[in-house]
Order: sequence, then structure tokens, then C-alpha cells
Amino acid sequence: MAAIADAHGHGHDEALHHQFEDMDQQNEAYLVGMWTFLVTEVMFFGTLFIIYTLYRSMYQMDWYLAHEALNIPMGGVNTIILLISSFTVAVAVRSAQRRERNLVLWNLGITLVCAVGFLGIKSVEYMEKFQHNLYPGPEFGRHPEYLHGAAPNFAQLYYGLYFGMTGLHAVHVIVGIIVIAYLWVKWFLNAKNVTLDYVPTEMVGLYWHFVDLVWIFLFPLMYLMPKP
Amino acid sequence: MSSIPIEKGLENSSPHQREQANYLTVDWSLKSWLTTGDHKRIGIMYLISISFFFLLGGISAGLIRYELTSPAGRVLESETYNKIFSAHGILMIFTFLVVAIPAVFGNFLLPLMIGARDLAFPRLNLMSWYLYMIGGTLILGGMINGGVDSGWTFYVPYSSMYANSNIALVIVGIFFGGFSSITTGINFIVTTHKMRAPGMTWFRLPLFVWAMYATSVVIILGTPVVAITLLLIVFERVFQLPIFSPELGGDPVLFQHLFWFYSHPAVYIMILPAFGIQSELIANFARKRIFGYHFVAFSTLAIAGLGFLVWGHHMFISSQSMYQGIVFSLISFLVAVPSAVKIFNWTATLYKGNIRLTSPMIYALSFIGLFTVGGLTGLFLGSLGTNVHLTNTYFIVAHFHYVMVGGSLTAFLGALHYWWPKMTGRLYSESLAKWNAVLVFVGFNLTFFPQFVMGWMGMPRRYHYYYFAPEYQPYHLMSTAGASVLALGLIIPGFYLLKSLANGPKASANPWGAHGLEWETASPPVTTNFEQTPIVMDEVYDFDPVLEHEQAQARKALEPTGYEGYEPGALAEPKKDESDLGGKS
Repeated sequence: MAAIADAHGHGHDEALHHQFEDMDQQNEAYLVGMWTFLVTEVMFFGTLFIIYTLYRSMYQMDWYLAHEALNIPMGGVNTIILLISSFTVAVAVRSAQRRERNLVLWNLGITLVCAVGFLGIKSVEYMEKFQHNLYPGPEFGRHPEYLHGAAPNFAQLYYGLYFGMTGLHAVHVIVGIIVIAYLWVKWFLNAKNVTLDYVPTEMVGLYWHFVDLVWIFLFPLMYLMPKP
Repeated sequence: MSSIPIEKGLENSSPHQREQANYLTVDWSLKSWLTTGDHKRIGIMYLISISFFFLLGGISAGLIRYELTSPAGRVLESETYNKIFSAHGILMIFTFLVVAIPAVFGNFLLPLMIGARDLAFPRLNLMSWYLYMIGGTLILGGMINGGVDSGWTFYVPYSSMYANSNIALVIVGIFFGGFSSITTGINFIVTTHKMRAPGMTWFRLPLFVWAMYATSVVIILGTPVVAITLLLIVFERVFQLPIFSPELGGDPVLFQHLFWFYSHPAVYIMILPAFGIQSELIANFARKRIFGYHFVAFSTLAIAGLGFLVWGHHMFISSQSMYQGIVFSLISFLVAVPSAVKIFNWTATLYKGNIRLTSPMIYALSFIGLFTVGGLTGLFLGSLGTNVHLTNTYFIVAHFHYVMVGGSLTAFLGALHYWWPKMTGRLYSESLAKWNAVLVFVGFNLTFFPQFVMGWMGMPRRYHYYYFAPEYQPYHLMSTAGASVLALGLIIPGFYLLKSLANGPKASANPWGAHGLEWETASPPVTTNFEQTPIVMDEVYDFDPVLEHEQAQARKALEPTGYEGYEPGALAEPKKDESDLGGKS
């Protein structure tokens, strides 16, 4: 059935894994894999957005009233922070393709600072909600003034989804911090598999853009509801 | 005549290829297994692990069957009974059926079939096995710790408000298992897209690869949805986040929608790989190119696509709107079309084929019958009117066991017998295997056919007692008797397959005379699969009828006594004889 091809004629790139024929194949495989992974992430968050859509359409007024307790300036600043980090990651990927190590280190560094800053602001917001008894549970709504007149049950659903969705997003940010920090260290140490091959940097970049994109949907849906 | 004859010589193999250590013998240490990136070794590790979980799921099935032999129950408390059938469902679905064929045979064969050295991401592949083991351990831990009684469907509020705390443990286990599936799916998709050998075009792919590809697409689109949905139950139980709580205005039916959005496609995750195996077995043992290759390939994709649009047929009685029901019913009927395309194409492949009734082929033929019964009774359940009558009866239990056991498990056994010589390099006792295949068929039908009858009469599923209607007892007795036969049929292969490892004759590269790249390398293959990257020059299942005829005649000339009833000039299968297995030598 099959003739034999010469497997040894190809160049031996140091970043090339044994299962691939050449770097092009390897790079394409990694990128297709990353995009496929992002598809699963879209389905993962998509489910939550479906739940959100359904419940919001069921309890429009109560959710509008419940959302008024959210801190729009803090959410807005966080949005700007993530947009900046998206830009720096894009620059980092471009610099990785051009093998400009210093630019990569600076831009990944700024991204890391942004990500940590985002989590810092987020945790301040969370603390506020805990203090105002806006976390679902038996204690929910002990300070009714923060419910702005929403029915406590439906407001609890809202905050259940608020904490669930922003919480999962925060988990993704934490994972992002870990991988970006790992990548940064690799670049700092001049590791061959990242400096000779831009694809690891690009994959981390894709992941980070996805995390940002989720927030771009979360922010208006959670913070910026119009009055129904 | 108790074993497959060994083929002498190995065409196309250079002498040093035979001296080389194969993937099993290259390193014997346990560490080399636990840290391997080799897709073949990971496939074997999966085979061992899923067999363990299958055994546990089988034991719980045995307990259920024993309990139901008396209308008043035998040994179990009602609560224990609920936990046992939940354990049976969870173990069989999440740790066996969803994983079995892709993780064992997909892992082992996909790179071999497309002429690659390994999957695209070997370390990710190893990670998927660890995720599976972590998930399986957590599930088992939850069951040992007291079990769950919500059924495998985890409907809220059974699983949220009214359940014991082991739900969270088991669900986190399923979550890990889900990510194991997802990583496997990503790996297969990338490998199929990017790792095909030169000349291996999409329409030269064996249909098993098509099936794996479609399965992977379903996995990556469906699994995240059930992962997050089940995670929300954990959130509700552990972090008190109310998402589905009816007392706060949440919608428990929404949980069912999201759950079935995965779990209906999951049925196709379980059956599509079986279709792929089926195509391989039918083509190679009818010694013909599969009839309508393109139709079979595209029907696989059609099933994968339509499978996402039919989940509502699990919820006809769950307060879903009537109009939704009509649409879901209609789309469910549409799925029957590509499924029937497959059945008819396999049957058409058999027509005037040079059929060899080997043990894998007996499994393949019984698959056609059993899956057809399972599929057609699915139409009863997809019709709105009959569904109301049949929902939650044993009819539905019988239906999905015909598809899952009669379909997936039969195909799994067929694949195990077919590729066993390739995986282990040993030949098992073929005559024993043939009798066993018949035993499985008989035992299976005796187990589940009575369940159709009593389900139609009204026996509800998941009931511990039926003293209100003792007339069902004969059916339950038949079913339990059949389950014993089926259990025997599943235990016997364990013995003769393991025995073949100890003292079975060595297998040649291609003991079945089959077509496909996996048969062109040694049995068992070397770690890098092929000495050199193959270039594919010819079409898939490229059996030449004239050549087949000549080979049959050549064999006849060599062994004139072995072919009574053989008519010269006819391409039909000569009288069955085990020496006929030798293939294209």
C-alpha cells in the first residue's frame, strides 16, 4: 500500500519535537490545538451566558435593581486594565516573532502587572459585596438598602451568577498569570524553545486575549444594564 | 485449528526491523510506562484502567439484576438500590463508554492509521490518562464514602437540595474525566488535520479515523457544557451559589436542558467510534471496499451535527413546550437517516463480499442486528405519543442498552479481537473467541429483549420493588439469566486473551490480510510506529476483486481439502475454514 519516504532528510531544529516532520507542521499543530482548546472555553463560558440570558429575561426589573450595587468605576478601570494588557500581549507576540527579547520581556511584564492589578481591584469589589451581605446564602440581603428594592430571591440568583461568572473568569486570570509568568521566566533565561520559536508566546497570547474577551462581555452584561 | 495460522515472512520489512525492540519491550520499568508519551502505551494503560472500572460497573449491574429476581427485592435496602443503579450508570457511562473506544483504540490506532509517529501532543495525551485516573479515583472515593443516589443524570434538586454530600466528590471526578475527554478530543482533531502522512488525503482516511474525528468534534463542543453545568451543582452545594434553586426562582428544567445538551451528543460520543470500528471490520472481512465510502464518512459528520439538535427528546414530559417537543421529535427522526445510511451501506458491502466469519466479524454482524433494534426502538421513543407511554419504563432501558451494549460494547469487543494481534503481537484461540462472540450475542438478547416486553407492559425503571405487579417476575428472571450468560461472555475473553499473552503464537504484521497502514508495520509496532514515514499511494480498502479471486484459487491449490463447496469462478466465500484466515499471503 505504501511506499517509503525519507524521514531523515529534514532539518533538525532544536525546538522540533520527534513526532513532527518539520517546524511548520509543529507550529501549525500547536496553533490548531490552541484554537480548538479555545472553542471548548467558548462552550464553557457560553453555557453560563445562556443561563444569564434566560434568567435576565425572566427577572428583568429585579436584576436591574440588584445590579445597581455593583461598582461601575471599579469595573470600568478593570476593563481598561485588561484592554491595555491585551495590547501589550499583542506587542509581545509580535516581538517574539521578530525575536526582540527585551521588548517581549517588557510587554509580558506589563501584562503581568495588569493581570495582578485586575485581581486586586476585583478582590476589593468582592470584599465590598461580602460586607454588604450580597453573597448568596442564608445571610443574603441582611442589608436591604444594597438590594435597591430588588426581590431578595431573584437578586440572589443574580449574585449567584455574578460570583459564578466573574469567579470563573478570575480563575482564568490566575491561570493566565501563572502561564505568563512561566513564559516570562523562559524568555528571561533565554530558553531555546521560546526564543527560537514564537509559537509558545503566541499560544499564551491567544489564551490571554480570550480571557480579556470574556471580560469584555461580562462587563456590560453585569455592570451596564439599561433600565428595562 | 484452535488459533489463527501464523503467516510466515513479513513483506516490506527490512531484516533489522525485526530485531528492533517493539513499543512493549523497549523498556520494562514501571516508570517508563507512567512517564511515557507513546500513544500505544497510553492506549494500553487506558485499556487496563477502563477494564477495571467496567468490572465495577458490571458488578453493580449484577447486583441490580439479582435484586430484581424477586418482586419484593432480595438483599438491598431501597436507598442502597438507588445508590447501586446510580453507580452502575455513572461508572459505565463516564468511566467506560465515553472513554473506551476513543481512548483505547483511538489512541492506539489513529497515528498508525494515518501514518504518523505519534499524536500531535504526546504529553497532553499522557495528562489525559492521569486526569482520567484522578477522575475515576474521585468517583470511586465518593461511592465508597457512601455513594450517590441521584442516578447518573444528577437532576436538580435531587442532586442539590436533597442529596448527601458525596455528590460534590463524584461530580468533581466527572469534571476531571471530562477534561480527560477534551484533551483527547483536541489531540485527535489536531492529529487528523496536521499529522497525516504524504498522500493520505481526507478521502483516503479509514472510516475509523473519520469516526474519531467526528467524535472529537462532539467531545470538544459538548463536554465543556456538561462540565460547567455539573460544576454549578458543586457551586450550589459548596459555595451556596444558587443557580438552579427552584425556591429562589431558579429553573431546574434548565439544568436538564444543559445536561442533555451534552448527554445526548454523548450518546454519539459512545456510538460513533463503534460505527468506525464497524466500517473497518465489515470492509476487511467482506474483503471489499466499503459501499459508498463518502456517504458513510459524511453520515458520520451528519450524525455528529444533528446530534446537537435533539436533546429535547429526553424532556418530552419535563414541562417542555409542546411545540418544542414537535421540533425535537422531528429532528430526532432526521438522525435516523444517516444512521440508516450506515446500516444499509454495511449490508450492501456484505453483498457479494468474500465474507470471512472470524470472531471480530461475528461481533460486527451482531452489531448490525442489535444496533438496528436499538435504533428502531429509538423511533418509538422519539415519537411524542408513544414516548409519554414509554418514558421511564424498562422499554427505554432496553432501548439504550441495545445501542450502548449491543452497539458500543459489541464493537469494543470486535475491535479488541481484531486489533489484539497488532497491540500485543500474539494470537488468541480463534475457535474459543468465535463461540464466545455467539455467547455474548445470546446472553445480551436474553438480558434485554424481555425488558422491551415488560417495559411495553408498563414496568417502570429504577423501581426497587414490583410486588404491586408480580406478573413482571418471569421477565426479570429471564433478564437476570441472560445477564449471567452475558457476564460469562465478558469474562471468558479475559482468560483466553491473557493466556495468549503467555503462550499464544506470535502474530505476523498482518494476520487478517487486512488493508490499512496499521497492518503494514510490525506486530507489535516499534515505538516510532514506522521505520520511515509511509507515502500513501492507493485508495482506502483497496481490495482488488480479481486479486482476491486469484488468491482464493492459489490457496485452494495449496490446500485442496480445505475448501469443500468452493465453486471455481465464483467470488463468493468458500466453505468456512479457519485456515482461510491467512489473508493475502
